[in-house]
Amino acid sequence: MLEKEKLSHINESKKKWEENVLAKALNKAPERKEEFKSGSGLKVNRLYTPEDIANIDYEEEIGFPGQYPFTRGYQPTMYRGRLWTMRMYAGFATAEESNKRYKYLVEQGSTGLSVAFDLPTQIGYDSDHPLAQGEVGKVGVAIDSLKDMEILFDGIPLDKVSTSMTINAPAAVLLAMYIAVAEKQGVSTDKLRGTIQNDILKEYIARGTYIFPTEPSMRLITNIFEYCSKDVPKWNTISISGYHIREAGSTAAQEVGFTLANGIAYVEAAVNAGLDVDTFAPRLSFFFNSHNDLFEEVAKFRAARRLWAKIMKERFKAKNEKSMMLKFHTQTAGCTLTAQQPDNNIIRVAMQALAAVLGGTQSLHTNSRDEALALPTEDSVTIALRTQQIIANETGVTNTVDPLAGSYYVEAKTKEIEEKAMEYITKIDELGGAARAIDLGYIQKEISDAAYQYQMEVESLERIVVGVNKYQVEEEPPKGLLKVDPVVAEMQKKKINEVKAKRNNEAVAEKLELLKKACQGTENVMPYILSAVKEYATLGEICGVMREVFGEYEQAVLL
Amino acid sequence: MNRPIRVLVAKPGLDGHDRGAKVIARALRDAGMEVIYTGLRQTPEQIVATAIQEDVDVIGLSLLSGAHNYLFPRVAELLKEEGVDDVLLIGGGVIPNEDIPGLKEAGISEIFTPGTPTTEMIEYIKNNLKR
Repeated sequence: MLEKEKLSHINESKKKWEENVLAKALNKAPERKEEFKSGSGLKVNRLYTPEDIANIDYEEEIGFPGQYPFTRGYQPTMYRGRLWTMRMYAGFATAEESNKRYKYLVEQGSTGLSVAFDLPTQIGYDSDHPLAQGEVGKVGVAIDSLKDMEILFDGIPLDKVSTSMTINAPAAVLLAMYIAVAEKQGVSTDKLRGTIQNDILKEYIARGTYIFPTEPSMRLITNIFEYCSKDVPKWNTISISGYHIREAGSTAAQEVGFTLANGIAYVEAAVNAGLDVDTFAPRLSFFFNSHNDLFEEVAKFRAARRLWAKIMKERFKAKNEKSMMLKFHTQTAGCTLTAQQPDNNIIRVAMQALAAVLGGTQSLHTNSRDEALALPTEDSVTIALRTQQIIANETGVTNTVDPLAGSYYVEAKTKEIEEKAMEYITKIDELGGAARAIDLGYIQKEISDAAYQYQMEVESLERIVVGVNKYQVEEEPPKGLLKVDPVVAEMQKKKINEVKAKRNNEAVAEKLELLKKACQGTENVMPYILSAVKEYATLGEICGVMREVFGEYEQAVLL
Repeated sequence: MNRPIRVLVAKPGLDGHDRGAKVIARALRDAGMEVIYTGLRQTPEQIVATAIQEDVDVIGLSLLSGAHNYLFPRVAELLKEEGVDDVLLIGGGVIPNEDIPGLKEAGISEIFTPGTPTTEMIEYIKNNLKR
């Protein structure tokens, strides 16, 4: 906050500058556009000055890193202490193939694993289910039973790596399998570090891998919070995700607003189930997108951190500072990748990754150049990982904490995004909360409106996409894309049959019956899932029992 | 005569990416067509049944999961089995170039890959209707 006198002096100087300097320049050469807009369509001024941040109190709103409201980062030393986790999302075909890719990534300096599951796994179907046809092993690895999970992490010590698993509706089952593998490796559960995505609300909104209706889904999530707070204390029990909301076409402010609104719904559900906010909130984590507009994205990350801290402190009366810290993973924006001139994607990814680092991310996945065409090849993934290593080791941006703080533009933008996000949260509160707003289709409609507008801007050339609507060339289709062999489905089916022939089928039936009873009652279902998993009950069998008790979610189809 | 073109925009399989499908559905509607959107997770059987029931002129399949080589031809096959030969079947999504000839052979008239303007698709539909 500057003194009033100083500010009015700046104001006078600015007026003089506008009259004497700017006017002449504009007279000579008008600006390229009437109005300049950010990547998310917010107005961007010609110039930002101390006047634009005069209403921001440094100590209250910006403050110091590692201290409320965490605008400048959640740790006091940020990357001077420890670099972000370079976590490349990977998984395809069989557990055997994916295990090889993980070992390769670790050899190349990747510091955390991130498991991509195929769609049947994500939707709780075994590879031999009719609806799995054509999808087995395509967008990730197929996991049908504990057997596959044992192969997936073979030779990878689970007390040494942190593992993120992109799994939502059946998150409890995959987490149980992970715990069971750890036990077989002789690793106690209090040493396990990692994250399950476990964010069902954004599946209803944007990603589509839901199974159960809202209420039992929220119960499963709350059960996991409770179970992990006692048995797997270092595990991040949820990754509340804006990534997919943004990929579906939202703006930056919507990404923050809708994601934090979902976060509020999870906290409320857990508190209503009788949990003390400070027992589970420190293990909540977030996941954001890093899109093209560099400064807007940096502002977005900072705004999200500040707003969540305020929500946890003021709305939920959290006492532990750890409950107020928004920790997040970032992935560069897949939707900005172009199939045209795919090598250009390397540059896009580099700048998006830079935004994530300048925004203070805790871990980062960089997309590969060929992902608008297929799953990435090993060569492409290596370039994407090297991009992070270059930012970390060569650019110098890691030398100081939150280097863009104090920029008139970035601080003004941070404030603006925070306010806009809060407007969405207020609107969602008025509608009765995130789950209700989803049922009403409000959030989906807002996102698809923004997506449609984006596409129309591309088509009218208001928005330039290099290589797509400008600077096009005739080009040969790229060669050497990764292809998943359809034989994978047959191999998985064979493995399921072997598992079913070898296991104790009576024990499986008994464990599934106990799970069913637990689902019908009010107990925590986690221990029941874990004991079924250990008997090699398949994912499909376990989810089948839950489908029977809970029913299935029905999507509201809206345009 | 001159009834609006009726289009079924469909999401076969388990893929949840519907940004493209929804944008296209709206663009076609803005271009004066009548659009029915199926929502997610449709089996080929459901898609063909809806197409027949709604008496559509065009079916547009959208898929980003890589299962197109199974699901797209399956829709074409079922249409044939039902004796439907006057519906234009097109598709789009993350589809590698090398898969396109096989899909066309299987009865998908055109495949639109990422970056295609909606106007191009609208023109294509207008010029290639089968009835």
